[in-house]
Amino acid sequence: MSIPYLSRRVFLKAGGGFLAGTLVFVNGPIALLAPSHSWAMPLDSLSSRQGEVLLAVTRQIFPHPKLEDAVYAHVVKSLDRKAAGGTLGKVLADGIVKLDAASGGDWLSLDDNKKLEVLTPMAGSLFFESIRSDAVVSLYDNSLAFTHFGYQGAEGDEGYLNKGFNDLTWLPNPPQPDAGYLPF
Amino acid sequence: MAMTDNQKTFAHDDSSVVVVVGSGAGGGTLANELAQQGIDVVVLEAGALYTTADFLADEWASFAQLAWLDKRTTSGSFRLATDFPNLPAWIVKSVGGTTVHWAGASLRIQPHEFTALSTYGKVEGANLLDWPLTYDDIAPYYKRAEQRMGVTRTNDNKGLPGNNNFKVMYNGAKNLGYSCDTGHMAINSEIRDGRSLCLQRGFCFQGCKTGAKWSTLYTELPRGIATGHLELRPQSHVARIEHDDSGKVTAVIYFDAEGNEQRQQARLVAVAGNSLETPRLLLNSASSMFPKGLANGSDQVGRNYMRHTTGSVYATFDQPVHMYRGTTMAGIISDEAHHDPARGFVGGYEMETIALGLPFIAAFLDPGAWGPRFTGALDQYENMAGMWLVGEDLPQASNRVTLNSDVTDQYGLPVANVHYDDHPNDLAMRQHGYRQGAELYRSVGAKDIYESPPYPSTHNLGTCRMSKRPEDGVCNAYGQTHEIPNLFISDGSQFTTSTAENPTLTIVSLAIRQAEHIAQLMQQKEV
Repeated sequence: MSIPYLSRRVFLKAGGGFLAGTLVFVNGPIALLAPSHSWAMPLDSLSSRQGEVLLAVTRQIFPHPKLEDAVYAHVVKSLDRKAAGGTLGKVLADGIVKLDAASGGDWLSLDDNKKLEVLTPMAGSLFFESIRSDAVVSLYDNSLAFTHFGYQGAEGDEGYLNKGFNDLTWLPNPPQPDAGYLPF
Repeated sequence: MAMTDNQKTFAHDDSSVVVVVGSGAGGGTLANELAQQGIDVVVLEAGALYTTADFLADEWASFAQLAWLDKRTTSGSFRLATDFPNLPAWIVKSVGGTTVHWAGASLRIQPHEFTALSTYGKVEGANLLDWPLTYDDIAPYYKRAEQRMGVTRTNDNKGLPGNNNFKVMYNGAKNLGYSCDTGHMAINSEIRDGRSLCLQRGFCFQGCKTGAKWSTLYTELPRGIATGHLELRPQSHVARIEHDDSGKVTAVIYFDAEGNEQRQQARLVAVAGNSLETPRLLLNSASSMFPKGLANGSDQVGRNYMRHTTGSVYATFDQPVHMYRGTTMAGIISDEAHHDPARGFVGGYEMETIALGLPFIAAFLDPGAWGPRFTGALDQYENMAGMWLVGEDLPQASNRVTLNSDVTDQYGLPVANVHYDDHPNDLAMRQHGYRQGAELYRSVGAKDIYESPPYPSTHNLGTCRMSKRPEDGVCNAYGQTHEIPNLFISDGSQFTTSTAENPTLTIVSLAIRQAEHIAQLMQQKEV
């Protein structure tokens, strides 16, 4: 076993961790906007290791090879917030214990294929669903994700009438009257 | 200043007023029409009053602001019961109702669809019926509705300019021999009726900030208030309707913004709470005289719940589309909307562009999914085009809204349970639509095709359907209930069949027609 086996009690008391990382895709859209290539995210109820495991689990559930960990960290932050004071903290802690147990002690040390192999039988479990159902919202509902996936979000508030609502050029332009009329 | 600040108010014990429950397409239109004729109206709206300035360009935040999130339950084999067990419907709880959220598509029901039973013949397992009114009966009211709503391609209103999502649909449509244009939309293509033209924001579902899209919120309701005959009471959640010994309705009990119970007397009550809340209210109003609920002697209240046969086809391409830019429903194909049983189903369906922002594509593309196929779709979000299929689903007696007495809302009232099983006809139609949609997109170079299941339903229909014979439905061709002469149904609950078309234009047209009829009945002292 590569790390000391921690009891659930220790996990539950181990709150107050943090997640940190460095942007990997230095020429990616996120790096171009970020003030710094290093990032850190403090956690209130989860330990640093729990945070790391949950981030890695989310990467398995919603694998985007080119998406920065800094975006996945939104999911950990969301789970961390929800775990405070509720039953979710125990669900997550228990699930992580199970993952580690099924991995000979340290799920994080497995390679990607092995990680998925251990995680897949847990699909549909409360642990898995708690992460998936949070991540399907929190992973894709933040400005870093918008930048990465090419969604302009609240930029649309001003309207795209003069900002590319009909700028597609790889197909012929439909004729009038079917295509309607610009107001100017 | 809120539009309600200086409005005329009516006393709770004023028994001369018409009470309208709901302020959406049906209730908002009916209330204004009555007020224009000098009839005093009190509109009770469960939701709060937001203005266009309050609307949010943020899908989840807007959903939390506008959607009807009071508890509901589901049963039956439809997929929503698994994916979103407490969210069978995506409708609005705010002043203006679902006209705040709708995309604006304003299509007339086709003449043959009013005679579904006669045209299609009997279909096993379905509860088909002809409407008690014909296309010719409603045609003049369609004209008036199109006029007031500013529907494009009617009354010299120009078609809206097509966006990128439209361009993809249009080119694919041509390859399949379909016709396609930017549709009949109740969205201003030019400044009109004191409202802005469409700026192509792409947040049609989140409330139209410019007011270019017709909504009762900033058309019918303020105009009704301006007559001095309409009082709008937001945050007034109706609990039940009372009646006297003669069986006529006399008052409406509701909870105000502070949660206090109030009682508004009424000469006549019109219910327009959308097809889940309308039957729920009638059922929750059961009394010793009407033990099964109001207007439910036929046992038809809540039955024949319809939600349209829907589904979406999303396709990805080598190059960008940016489908979220501009109007959500930017193009319409009606070539599959006719009745042709050779396709393996009765009735037809429309194909309409749809676009979701990144947060909602993640939520609705394939609910519950995970892994690389799902994320592969999102990786191509920029290059994605989408269409929504909306077709006729068949009425079934067992598809119904009932009271769930095990679950109560914040006022202690039993919530609505929505039971729905797809009819084989619905399944065959959806598969046909998926195939046609995929073929359309493949013809213009689609890489991956994704078939999305129905979303929580915005088109909720039936449950208090109009029928010629009292035993077949709940109300007559004017929405007047068969059992209680001064109780009316004024929303999509009246629909005898669902038809292929988006329902709002028909709901508005029926409300205009109903207002005329109510005024006549009142004049003749019949109600």
